[in-house]
Order: sequence, then C-alpha cells, then structure tokens
Amino acid sequence: MDGNEHLFRHEAGRLVSALTRIFGVHNLALAEDVVQDAFCRALEIWRVRGMPDNPSAWLMTAARNRALDVLRRERTASRFAPELARLIESEWTLTPMVDEILADDAIQDSLLRMMLSCCHPRLSEAAQVALILNILCAFSIDEIASAFMSGHAAVEKRIVRSKKVLAESKRLFDTAAPADFSDRLPAVQRALYLLFNEGYHGASTQTSVRSDLCNEAIRLTAVLLQHPLGKTPSTYALAALMTLTGARLPARTDSSGNLIALHDQDRERWNRTRLAEGMQLLELSACDVELSAYHIEAAVASVHAMAQGADDTDWNTIITLYDSLVRINPSPIVELNRAIAIAQRDGPEQGLEAINAISGPDRLVDYPFYHAALGELELRQNDRSRASEYFRQALAKARNPMERRFFAQRLAACEASDVVRGSGEFWDSTVTDRTNHEGSV
Amino acid sequence: MTEFLFLFRGSQMAARSPDQMQRTFEKWRAWFSDLEQKGILKERNPLERSGKLVQGRAKDVHDGPYTEVKDVVNGYLLIEAATIDEAVKLSKDCPIFDDDGSVEVRPVAKL
Repeated sequence: MDGNEHLFRHEAGRLVSALTRIFGVHNLALAEDVVQDAFCRALEIWRVRGMPDNPSAWLMTAARNRALDVLRRERTASRFAPELARLIESEWTLTPMVDEILADDAIQDSLLRMMLSCCHPRLSEAAQVALILNILCAFSIDEIASAFMSGHAAVEKRIVRSKKVLAESKRLFDTAAPADFSDRLPAVQRALYLLFNEGYHGASTQTSVRSDLCNEAIRLTAVLLQHPLGKTPSTYALAALMTLTGARLPARTDSSGNLIALHDQDRERWNRTRLAEGMQLLELSACDVELSAYHIEAAVASVHAMAQGADDTDWNTIITLYDSLVRINPSPIVELNRAIAIAQRDGPEQGLEAINAISGPDRLVDYPFYHAALGELELRQNDRSRASEYFRQALAKARNPMERRFFAQRLAACEASDVVRGSGEFWDSTVTDRTNHEGSV
Repeated sequence: MTEFLFLFRGSQMAARSPDQMQRTFEKWRAWFSDLEQKGILKERNPLERSGKLVQGRAKDVHDGPYTEVKDVVNGYLLIEAATIDEAVKLSKDCPIFDDDGSVEVRPVAKL
C-alpha cells in the first residue's frame, strides 16, 4: 500500500493530533471518534472501488468534512480549543482555520505537540509509552495489551487515567516555546527509547509486533528531528542507536521466532540501508559537545555494525564505551554488558571476575540474562554442571516464551556432548535492556 | 458467458483499530485483484450511505436507507461467469462475510 503497510495507523495518529488542536485537548475522544468514523467510511468505499491515488489526502478530506460538521453543529453548545474559539464561531473564519491546521506541515507540528503532551511529567514512563502508542501510533487497547503481554483491563485503566491527565493540561504542548521544549525533550527521548526497547527486548512473541514497535519509535524520532528544537545531538544519537540496532532485526529471530544470539546472526541479513542511515545519524549526533548515554549506546551499536563477524569485533572500543556509559548512567545491566565484553576480549575467567565485581548484584537477580551470562561463561570454562544450574535459573526468570525457548536451548547445549560454540556477545543486547526494571505497561 | 450482478449488503464496519482496517482492506484488494486477473470483472462501485426512495402512485419521496442496516446495499459489481454456480463460488471468497455482510448474486437477464 504505497509502500506503507501501516497507512491507516499513521494517518490516524496524525489526524487525531491535528483535530485535537481544533477541538481542544479535553475533546480528544471526539477527535478519535471523528477520525474513526472517517476511516470506516474510507474502508467501505475503498474496499469496492480500490485505493484512491492519494489515500492520505482522501482520509484527511473525509476527516475534515466530518470535523466541520461537528464544529457547526456544536459550536454554540460546546467548548472547543479556547484559543480558537473566535475563529470557530464565525463561518468566515471556520473553514480557513480548519484547512490551515490540516495543511501537511501543520499536521506534522500537531503530531509533535501531541508527542510532547503525552510525556506529561505527571505520567509514569510506562504510561507515557502506552499513550504514545495509543494516540500517535493508533494501537488499540488490545494491540497494546498483546504487545506488552498484559491484560486488556490493566492497559485500558492506564490509558483512561493517562488521558484524563492529558485532558486536564488544557491545551496541547506549544512547540514554539524553546525553554519548555528543551525541558520536555529528555522525557520524550526516553519514552521513544523505551518504546524501541519494548520492541527489541520486550514481551511480545510475535516478530511482526516487535518490529512494529521498533519502527514506530524510529518514525516518531524522525518527527522529532524535523523540528529545529528537536534536532539536538542527543536526538540524533537516539535515532542512530535505534536505526543501527533496528538494522539487526531481520537477523535477530529465526523463522519460528526464536532468538538468535548476536554471534550466530547471519550478518548478511542485517539491513544495509538502515546501517548506512544509522552511521550517518551518528555522524550528525557529533555536531556539538553534548555526550549523552544515547551517544555511547549508538557508538557500541556502530562497532557491531562495522564488524565482519563476532571474532572481528573491536572489543577494546566496546569496553571503553561501556566504561563511559557506567559513568554517565550507572546501572547494573550496563555493568553486566561491560563484563560480557571483557569476557569476549580476555576470556571467560576475566568475564566472571568482572561480573562478580558488579556493585549490588542483587539488583540483577530478576534479570534472566544475568544468570545466562554466568551460565555462558561457565560453559566456556567447561563447567557444565554449574552452567546448567545458571541456565535453569535464567529459565525460571524468563519473561516471555521467546526467552524461555532461548534459555532452554542453552540448557540443552550444556548437556550435549559436542564442542561448545561461542564467541561474540552472547545475545543481542547493545540496547540496554531496561524492560525488567521499568516495569511494563 | 453470463453476466452476474453482485449486490453487497450489510457489513457496517464495526469499531476496529486502524491496523485491522488496513488488513480488511488488503483482503478486499486481494479478492478484487484475483477477479481482475481472471479478466472477468466488468464494473464495480461503492454506494453512498443514503439516498432517496420514490414510491407509489403519488411518487412520494422518502429518505433512505429504507431497510434494516443488514439489508442496505452498499456496493455492487458486475462479473462474467459461465454458470450461476461458478458465480456463487466466486462470491464465497469475498471478505464481506468476515463482517457479517452478504452478497446477492443475480444473473443479468439474457433475452
């Protein structure tokens, strides 16, 4: 479909954001209804006639006409966006105003306003991510619940509560206010990072859902990069990180959806176009002195991207990068990744030593890959019984069927008699896996 | 070869996510593209949701739709097939049944 298999989803996010500017943020539900209605009609017509030449324009016009109907019918009784009230009152100004807000550039700006609004400080990070998925990416409650492997009722409750907070914020975030924008930017970056992470490390068993989440995060980060206040070095770094890591998605699971460890991935299946884009974004991220955690994680991803294979990976650089990351962003998971890199460079014994040196290892006991890392290194030292024990613990902590199958397979490898393979990072974890620590939606 | 008219009825779009809408659309697209490839599709059109009904000797004009939602015709196509059985067989692959709609298959009168 015009090369866009998610046209409806993307247009829905854009149009709901634009109509919310006119109706007012307290009327978000009305904007969603109008868009839903316009899309239903589009489907009724398109299914028989076929897709029009310019489907986006078609959907926009359908939504516009319905919005005008609603505004005319209810302008005396209802309160819409207060700053537009006078323009809505008069027939002379109503249509030009609506058309102005539904111009392509303005829609893009509304999308960005909505994105910034969704990252309201009163909302938890998980709620922000859920709201972005629901409003900007037009995922239904069920689709979000299935992506996060959580119950419909819990997700619905979270979304309803979050939308209430949004409605109380009176108006959409103003993208023209530099100080406010800069204040809100880190939260937006963080939410998009978590969205990407959920796709990469998260719970869903469906490969397509996982790549959808990653692709949505990449798409929304690109929107951020189009705004002069949004295109900071750290946003470029975030985009580089997602693009370089996202390039590995096609190789990360096999045809049955099983995880493939980084060293076993067929690098021919990495998306070359994405890798090139990612390297370019990484270059753009170095346009200032700012050095964010995203910069470092993107740099790690770029080292992997440039390596021909696991054995050929520049582990020295990766260790140095993790050293910096531990300083900026102390986290036991980052330290674990660093220890794994040390094992790659110096051998399993040094790796185990580095893991044992992690401060506060009790914070890692619920993280399955902690046990798996210990297991992997014991296995390389040929201590199969200890390795099995660790993989059993990893299996017990596995967060989704995909991880469960992966650990079961490693456990089976401990018990097999053939020579144990293994070099390179054991699994694909250059994006710091935070799903475990932030709680899921 | 006989011409057949397919009348699409019912199948009001129940609430669904944009992605589900897109999947529904893709099914229809695949169905039509199959008919086109067979070279038997002559015409296809969706209808507006409402219209007028002119009725009786007095030619009274009423607003449509005139029946229950499930009976409202919302589109049609014209197709060529050898027999009514073959036409019916073709209609069975129509994705309208996923949405509880129906297809009325009517041969165009020959003589």
